Amino acid sequence: MTTQTKSRLIVFVLSALVWWALTDIGKIEEALIGVIVAAIVSLLAGKFLLTAEKPGRWLRRLKYALIYFFHFLWEMVKANFHVAYLVIHPMTPIKPGIVRIKTKLTGEIAQTVLANSITLTPGTLTVDIDPQKQLLYIHWIDMKSTALEESTEQIAGRFQNLLLEVFE
Amino acid sequence: MIRETIGLILIFVGTAFDFLGVLGLVRLPDVYNRLQAATKCVTFGSAGILCGVFILQGFNTFGFKALLGIAFIFMASPVAAHVIARAAHRSKIALAPGTKTDQYAEDKELR
Repeated sequence: MTTQTKSRLIVFVLSALVWWALTDIGKIEEALIGVIVAAIVSLLAGKFLLTAEKPGRWLRRLKYALIYFFHFLWEMVKANFHVAYLVIHPMTPIKPGIVRIKTKLTGEIAQTVLANSITLTPGTLTVDIDPQKQLLYIHWIDMKSTALEESTEQIAGRFQNLLLEVFE
Repeated sequence: MIRETIGLILIFVGTAFDFLGVLGLVRLPDVYNRLQAATKCVTFGSAGILCGVFILQGFNTFGFKALLGIAFIFMASPVAAHVIARAAHRSKIALAPGTKTDQYAEDKELR
């Protein structure tokens, strides 16, 4: 099976499931229309989901994806209390700045996930990304360093190694 | 009974974080700092509210809609924040006076 067919199949199953979750599952008409719509969606846009395949070891990658997910949730809760503290504090003790960091990730999806995770975790917001040079520009609300290596470690170190295991 | 309590607590916590996010929007100095408050607290707060709705409703159409809402917020909110921040920087909206460095502007000069 080619990558494109696989990608279309995954999109088909996912969109059918979403449709069934959103509509009244008991009615046969609804279920049939769901299948038709899912087919149309997977024909039109199905090839964009999976662009490159990495060989095997699904269980290992799934394990790291799960670890990453819970790690991310925990970081996000921390982020919220951090922002709440900054907002409630009468002086708003912030020290903002935009720094650049260099990531080891090369894949498009991996970089996107990293950038989004950085945005949702304590004090950092991705402003821009340079996929070729693997640079990310981060607005840091409580800046601790301007050196490339140190800020990379501080900001992306939490996720980068887990994402390396998941995606590459 | 217990389910209702947990659901209502989640909705309450979500609303509290939404409120803090809005407070941050008013209090913090510039676009970028405000986006920080807006994305983090509002994502978490709205996810909390939707999670509470899911627990109150259980596994029916309504509950699933809430769950899907959480997934879409998690994907869309950081992307929106990134696009707004980038657009603000490109149209040369100044950073707050206390800002220490702007390495993004340095790199754009070089290009």
